[in-house]
Amino acid sequence: MTLKSGVLDPQGKAVRHALGALGVDGVGDVRQGKFIEIDLAESDPERARESVEDMCKRLLANTVIEDYVIEIGG
Amino acid sequence: MRAAVIVFPGSNCDRDVQVALARAAGTPPVMVWHKETSFPSVDLIVLPGGFSYGDYLRCGAMAAHSPVVGEVAARARKGVPILGICNGFQVLTETGLLPGVLMRNAQLRFVCRTQHLRVETTRTVFTGLYRPGEVIAMPIAHMDGNYFADDDTLKALCDDDRIAFRYCDARGDGGADANPNGSRDGIAGILNTARNVLGLMPHPERHADPLLGGVGGAALFEGLVRALAT
Repeated sequence: MTLKSGVLDPQGKAVRHALGALGVDGVGDVRQGKFIEIDLAESDPERARESVEDMCKRLLANTVIEDYVIEIGG
Repeated sequence: MRAAVIVFPGSNCDRDVQVALARAAGTPPVMVWHKETSFPSVDLIVLPGGFSYGDYLRCGAMAAHSPVVGEVAARARKGVPILGICNGFQVLTETGLLPGVLMRNAQLRFVCRTQHLRVETTRTVFTGLYRPGEVIAMPIAHMDGNYFADDDTLKALCDDDRIAFRYCDARGDGGADANPNGSRDGIAGILNTARNVLGLMPHPERHADPLLGGVGGAALFEGLVRALAT
């Protein structure tokens, strides 16, 4: 989950400033987000994706301000 | 007036609200644990401040899905007045009973101070004892009070007279210097379309007795008692 573009991300901004203070060059915009790992009993990737999509909409993300990306691993 | 205060694991202003309500109403509120799915019929439900469920995932996100909040939402839709203070406001946005979201403070620091507010509407059961535009003071204490809503939502809030309180200075002027957390449009508290649900970040219960250093919040509880007298 990351904040939608257009939503100010003060934490990402602070991280960018800190990277600048460390002397790291070439850093543009920084967006901070959350990473959630979920073990699922479902073995069908399509059904697993649908199920996680539902979880994101109902609880994991606040879609007023957050976007989410789902990756299904093996 | 009969009131209920919802208590979550991590609530820490529930007792303060209990005292403020008992003082204003003359009878103590019912304290309702988060696992309850039913509780007595009341005239007002308060979601208190604190750190429900340790602020896990997002402030208010877990509480929004707790057993008791399903019942609170059902009663809100029937018109029962709901007051969400600080974490209670966050719970109300997470349930969708109020629009928008409370993000991390713009300066990324916990802010704890007495804050001036301008009463923006008195057309509610919560603010009827204030004067329109009155400048009052209440304590604020939060890490995530930076109100955000998209342009359309913000316009609807303004057009419908649903902004209850804005942050301001002692003279009543808004602007960046008077805004403690980066909230859009200096918003400190908002109402739902039916005007029976109020969420605000400041703590009226912490300024409801002269011994606490101020009485800026007392009129909110006294106004509720007057409006909801049965």
